[in-house]
Amino acid sequence: MLTFNYSIWILVLPAVMFLVLGLGGKYMKPVVSGVLGTITMAITTVLAYLTAYQYFFSVGKAADGTYKAIEAFNFEWLRFTDTLHIDLGMYIDAISSMMLIVITTVSLMVHIYSLGYMKGEKGFQRYYAFLSLFSFSMLGLVVATNIFQMYIFWELVGVSSFLLIGFYYTKPSAVAASKKAFIVTRFADFFFLIGILLLSYFTKTFDFGTLTAVGAPCFSSFAGASFLGISAISWTMFLIFMGGVGKSALLPFHVWLPDAMEGPTPVSALIHAATMVVAGVFLIARLFPIYLFQTPEVLHLIGYIGAITAIFAAVVACTQTDIKRVLAFSTISQIAYMITALSVSGYDGHDGLGYMASMFHLFTHAFFKALLFLGAGAIIHAVHSNEMDDMGGLWKKMPIANWTFLIACLAIAGIFPFSGFFSKDEILAAALHHDIVLFSILFIAAGLTAFYMFRLYFRIFHYENKQYHHAPHDAGPSMSIPLIFLAVVTVVAGWLIPFDTLITADGKAFESHIDPLVAGLSIGIALVGIVGAYVFYFKKNEKPDQVATSLGWFYRATHNKFYFDEIWMFATRSIIFKCVSKPMAWIDVNVIDGFMNGLAYVSHQASEAIKGFQSGRIQQYALIYLVGALVLIVTFCGWLVAFITK
Amino acid sequence: MDLSNYLLMKHELSLIVVFLILMIYDLFASDKAKKYFFPIACTLFLIHTVLGFFFHDSSTAFGGMFVAGPAQALVKNILNVGLFLVFLQAKTWLASEESIIKRGEFFMLTLLTLFGMYLMISSGNFLLFYIGLETASLPIAALVAFDKHRYESAEAGLKFIFNAIFSSAVMIFGISFVYGACGTLYFADLGSSISSTPLTIMAMILVLSGLFFKISLVPFHAWAPDTYQGAPTNVTFYLSTISKGAAVFALIVLLYTVFPVLFPTWQGILWILSLVTITVGNLFALRQKNMKRFLAFSSISQAGYILLSIYSGTAQGMAASVFYIFVYIFSNAAVFGVITAIENKSGKINMDDYNGLYKTNPKLSIVMMIAMFSLAGMPPTAGFFSKMFVFTAAMQSLSTASIILVVIAFVNTVISLYYYLLVVKAMFVTPSNQPIEPFQTEGYLKTSVLLSLFGILLIGLISFFYQQISLASFGL
Repeated sequence: MLTFNYSIWILVLPAVMFLVLGLGGKYMKPVVSGVLGTITMAITTVLAYLTAYQYFFSVGKAADGTYKAIEAFNFEWLRFTDTLHIDLGMYIDAISSMMLIVITTVSLMVHIYSLGYMKGEKGFQRYYAFLSLFSFSMLGLVVATNIFQMYIFWELVGVSSFLLIGFYYTKPSAVAASKKAFIVTRFADFFFLIGILLLSYFTKTFDFGTLTAVGAPCFSSFAGASFLGISAISWTMFLIFMGGVGKSALLPFHVWLPDAMEGPTPVSALIHAATMVVAGVFLIARLFPIYLFQTPEVLHLIGYIGAITAIFAAVVACTQTDIKRVLAFSTISQIAYMITALSVSGYDGHDGLGYMASMFHLFTHAFFKALLFLGAGAIIHAVHSNEMDDMGGLWKKMPIANWTFLIACLAIAGIFPFSGFFSKDEILAAALHHDIVLFSILFIAAGLTAFYMFRLYFRIFHYENKQYHHAPHDAGPSMSIPLIFLAVVTVVAGWLIPFDTLITADGKAFESHIDPLVAGLSIGIALVGIVGAYVFYFKKNEKPDQVATSLGWFYRATHNKFYFDEIWMFATRSIIFKCVSKPMAWIDVNVIDGFMNGLAYVSHQASEAIKGFQSGRIQQYALIYLVGALVLIVTFCGWLVAFITK
Repeated sequence: MDLSNYLLMKHELSLIVVFLILMIYDLFASDKAKKYFFPIACTLFLIHTVLGFFFHDSSTAFGGMFVAGPAQALVKNILNVGLFLVFLQAKTWLASEESIIKRGEFFMLTLLTLFGMYLMISSGNFLLFYIGLETASLPIAALVAFDKHRYESAEAGLKFIFNAIFSSAVMIFGISFVYGACGTLYFADLGSSISSTPLTIMAMILVLSGLFFKISLVPFHAWAPDTYQGAPTNVTFYLSTISKGAAVFALIVLLYTVFPVLFPTWQGILWILSLVTITVGNLFALRQKNMKRFLAFSSISQAGYILLSIYSGTAQGMAASVFYIFVYIFSNAAVFGVITAIENKSGKINMDDYNGLYKTNPKLSIVMMIAMFSLAGMPPTAGFFSKMFVFTAAMQSLSTASIILVVIAFVNTVISLYYYLLVVKAMFVTPSNQPIEPFQTEGYLKTSVLLSLFGILLIGLISFFYQQISLASFGL
């Protein structure tokens, strides 16, 4: 497609920037590298907007009014067989265009914000190099033309996340967190890879276009194949989903995300709130037709995993005291919302409401969650602590942070007319029509969301008037401008963008409208949550402690995140290390090394035995030559032919 | 005769032009003007190399004697690139006191052998093939004995020429049998008229043994270590890559066009030879102390891997083998570049002399390490991809025989990793009382080493190269 020729620069620019800053950063002044990175990101953002604009409003729409996917580029990279080959390219359709906007916008905001936030940090250039690497990988992930390219970038995203979490590599907790994040997601990706291999083994293609076509013929080869009583295609799609479970921090692989907050706060905003963690949602959305038509039972299971995660994370968030961890659990909960929304979706027209709502929520959530994290960053920057107990009464001292944070809280709680209301409302409506159980779970989670978010808000900005060492104040323009910009987006994104005509499962526009019953219910429960938080946390009082004591073990379990970290610890230490790793180590030391040593011994002996042949005497060389030829002649006029060609 | 036939020989004509210019220049230029002989020679050859990529003829000339096609052009281009690397590395050696008066000869002789290889690759008839083979062999003897003031060099030249004559005799003997059995020497006619009889099988083995000699497959390899060790280092590089590469392609042409009917037989022959070659090459390489002798055995073993891909008898196998040669040229160029640099500087050539090299010359050590990794087939170097393609090609038919072959080749890869890492260990780990002094590498040599380093790192990752090779291979 000629018209999208420029779009390749969306990938090239950040990649080049990574190399420039990574290799040449140490020769630059920190400010230069930061500004350079930011300008490049700004150009990338403009290109991404252009691409999305062109796709949605001129090129993408086919004559019958549906949005069709466009392959802007496609290079063949590795060819295995005529049908099975790995390509690298750009696949532009509704969801990837939307993701381009989300990623570049949030990334640009984080770039600007970091100019202030990271000022004076050691390794400033390295930080910007890693940000560029991350942007490149994430953009590459969403525009992947095939599942293998997606996997490559998926891993790159994991690596850059690892690098950024461990940015303060002198801090042991940061190092531990980065390792944890990498290992947990990598463990999940292992299943993803198996899933990809199974999928390609049966369908003979990696290509998204072929795989997601309605009624794709390539799935016929799955027929009859099964394992442990479950059909092969269900296994495949479930394993692929496991990759998403890891990246999107769903139960039980969510343990890495709260710890990932050890990274610099802008990184948490970019990677662990707005973009990378929604990769799992994006993956399911990308393969949605397969899940819906080939394996509805897996999709159903996904919905339940999502709903349980949503309520679990919401409950835990109510008891955390580190403000970034509250936000982390809130992220887990909201992403689970999106996943659940996908599972309650159909394909055509209004039936596909869940799909649209999921993408809608992904979009609005990215902005208000980035806003929350950046706001939290501003607060942490001002009071030099992550703990709620060190905060309180900040509303007068930090007005910008106060107002923008409040807007984001209202949005995530789902109060009209902030963006979160619209997207969450669509999700609840879709759930209500498909599965009343899922609806109830999500509904309660929505109430809890309002409660813990306002608990957070009141604890930071009201509660009690603390005495501070240095009087906290709003940060400079490079940190405030992103906050204000994101706050504006959070206010308007809900009603300004007609998602139901742009991003739908089947590409056709449909009419969605606000369901008064659902809207009333959801605003109602949000208000209940807010009022609850107000009662407990607006002014300092004894009530929260009393409730905590009366709940006893339940409170303790919640506070300790239901002991998931301990369970995993037990599983790895006592089961995997003892029962798997130890025997493996034994095999490695005795069997494999033994074989290698044996090999070395035999090689050495054989080498000793034949060294006489290389005597340096020409006559002998000729003799060897001749005997060799004769042996071949004698042999091949006879029996060996039969053996080898059998 | 139609003179337009010559137009199909563009590579050859271009090479002859370069050859003639250089010869006249060398003969008639004043000593002062000859100061620029080396850069001019390199530039001319570079022009020839670049031009080569624009020649895309696909036809036969002289009644089927001469065949031009995409595959032939591709291989010629690869050989050109390799020879260019050889030239770049030869600067210091040729400028030395003993060699400077013979500098022109070096270029004449190598260009002549290259011409012979062109003919060998493009031939459509056994006569032309044989002439090409001889043209590619005899000047090499002179090249090997180039440092005639050195005893080893003269000895190596002698050993080479005797063995070469012997193998030529055997080959001619085989060709006469082929003619006797089929009454023609044209490849095109032979392909259809050969039938599987003991006579033709014997003829084939005799003919092929001439090529096996050039590729240095066990048991036709015995000349190689002595020759490689004694020859000047640049000539060793030339022998172990370019000359070998041309012979491999000639082997492919013979097997695919002349003896397709005998496919089961030659598959068996290749099966045995690649097994024996890889294993024996490895076993000898294990105990070498002299770098050049070590590389001689390593190159014998590598030849076995090339054979592994031809074994499958498919277009994919052919692509894999050509790709393997392409990568092998670059890996070897880097290794020989480092060896040449060190030999020029210190005259040292034993593995022990490399102890502690990393401390004094870190850049050279890193290049050497990457090249060794590539030879051993470690990702992400190009050597990994070439080995992977070779194994894939060999496994195409999932018969017991091919599985055994690939498994043994695999085990041998492990053994080879050991001795390649010995070099790395010497450079990085083993301390030394008298390490080689830090020094600056001379410009041409540095260019050559850098080019090969880029080759090693990029050829595998950028699929373009393999695809071009694979496209051309299907043309045969």
